[in-house]
Amino acid sequence: MSYLLRRIGFYLFTAWAAITINFFIPRAIPGDPVQSMVNRAQGQIDSNAIHSLYVLFGMDTDQSIFSQYFEYLGQLLRGDLGLSFTFFPTPVSEVLGDSLPWTIALVGLTTIVSFVLGTGLGVLVGWRRGGWADLVLPVTTFLSSIPYFWLGLIAITLFAGDGGAFPSSGGYDPGVTPSFTWDFISSAVLHSVLPAVTILITSMSGWIMSMRNMMVTVSQEDYITVAHAKGLSERRVMVSYAARNALLPNVSGFAMSLGLIVGGTLLMEIVFSYPGVGYELFQALGAKDYPLMQGIFLVITLSVLVANLLADVAYLALDPRTRREG
Amino acid sequence: MAVPAADVAAAVPVEEPAGKRRQAFRFLATGKAITGLVIIGVLVVLSVIGEWIAPYDPSARSSDLLEGPSGRHWLGTTHLGQDILSQLLVGTRSVMVVGLVSGLVATILAVVIGVTSGYLSGLGGEGLSAVSNVFLVIPALPLIVIIASIVPEVSTLGIALIIGCTSWAWGARVLRAQTLSLRRRDYVEAARATGESTWRIIGVEILPNLTAVIASSFVGTVIFAVLSEITLAFIGVSGGAEWNWGTILFWAQSQQALDQGAWWWFVPAGLAIAILGTSLSLVNFGIDEFVNPRLRTGGRMRAGFTPVVRGGDR
Repeated sequence: MSYLLRRIGFYLFTAWAAITINFFIPRAIPGDPVQSMVNRAQGQIDSNAIHSLYVLFGMDTDQSIFSQYFEYLGQLLRGDLGLSFTFFPTPVSEVLGDSLPWTIALVGLTTIVSFVLGTGLGVLVGWRRGGWADLVLPVTTFLSSIPYFWLGLIAITLFAGDGGAFPSSGGYDPGVTPSFTWDFISSAVLHSVLPAVTILITSMSGWIMSMRNMMVTVSQEDYITVAHAKGLSERRVMVSYAARNALLPNVSGFAMSLGLIVGGTLLMEIVFSYPGVGYELFQALGAKDYPLMQGIFLVITLSVLVANLLADVAYLALDPRTRREG
Repeated sequence: MAVPAADVAAAVPVEEPAGKRRQAFRFLATGKAITGLVIIGVLVVLSVIGEWIAPYDPSARSSDLLEGPSGRHWLGTTHLGQDILSQLLVGTRSVMVVGLVSGLVATILAVVIGVTSGYLSGLGGEGLSAVSNVFLVIPALPLIVIIASIVPEVSTLGIALIIGCTSWAWGARVLRAQTLSLRRRDYVEAARATGESTWRIIGVEILPNLTAVIASSFVGTVIFAVLSEITLAFIGVSGGAEWNWGTILFWAQSQQALDQGAWWWFVPAGLAIAILGTSLSLVNFGIDEFVNPRLRTGGRMRAGFTPVVRGGDR
């Protein structure tokens, strides 16, 4: 138990570090985001409002950096991430609330499928070395070296656009409204096919590689030899003896990749204009929307932390050695 | 890294003796690693001479607008009549510089922090390890994107430094783990008993045994750095006027090259990236196989399906 407590302590520390980085990044920016926003509004904001904007965006020059910092922490505790510049005056938390479900649904499912398929293939490739199985490695290595956005763009050209079967951008048809109707769900699924398949192609090789390497390492252990000697079927030895023991690193990798869901698919969302968090970050970059950038970075970091904590819990459950240590 | 790369690549025909001569970089002498190194060597050469062998100035406009590959423009032209082959050749340098510089920066940070935190016990070691764990879990790509976008007029070198300073944590963690296990080995204890200084033990006894791990983390960082740079350029964050493969794709995307059927604008740059990435991964596989001989491919060691015969190699 003390192991888990130590990990939780560490994650709290990391969360604090991330929040602090988050606080200082926009304050290190030369230039004045509020001024640029005032310019964009072309004189429709009066001077009182401008001052309150400075306070809101944490750019109040009358305050010391320390009191700004504590005020910022207090705001975060209340779940207040400030107001978005681009979607002014919508709060950042609301903007994030709109985009998070898209990312989580699409990339979450894809990550699970990629993990299952990749690990399964890795088991096979690691078990049957030589022959066709060895060809899987170079092919998947090449596929995973292709920059993701490039593959996405090629996929759009080949399968979307004029006469293509799939839509090239967006999360659903502009004609339907998000709700639990057949129209909306089928449209959303159709829109997610290309992004999902392209992520699968580029992300699977990592799982295959690590699973294969673990399988190869494990298959030389004595207990595998014993299992063979007992006359167990090849399949049984592969699945219940080798794969089961080789799975551990991949499981912890899986939990880590759950955290990367939120941030790791920035490019997919940009290429497909998918209405998720990554696309939101892209728009925020273009509009110099610092509160939104900060909010997104914070959400991404916190989700990685939570996933890491889950990974630790999974490890604790699966590997007795960590339990003994604590 | 370029020097040993060239050396080993040159040593390909002279197989065994050359491998023995270069003990320090023995781990690069597997088939996969050599294939990767040869490709990287070619790209390094291109990055140096690219500017001279490029047939045109990559930014020069001409009247051949959006033309497909032809005798005059081997890889076609852009919407402004710029020669894509020239952009690709000139852009190689920036990609290689970013890969090399951020790889070096990250590896040096990783070695210093990883080995120190592994070797020193007590508060110092724990503190350094905590720092690298923090950097490990903070997602690098969004952080890089945000920092690069708010630093005004960031140059290629600046991008390389940002990437290098944010991506050392994984290497540091691996090196720390390896150092922790080396620290208690007999030969290190012996060195300590004979009164060698801490820095001599780290430099002479421990570091040489970490070469393969360091090389592998260097290669891994280079892959990450190259992909990050190209990603940044592609989403338009690299402010510099320098060409790189990502910039080509950025223009192709913003001019909707694919909708106009201009595949020659997209395909070469993407393939170039994939080839570079694959060759780096091959080098890493080679190193992995050196570190863990069980990973070597080939099923020859198997007799029937009973692996008992292999008992000898353990």
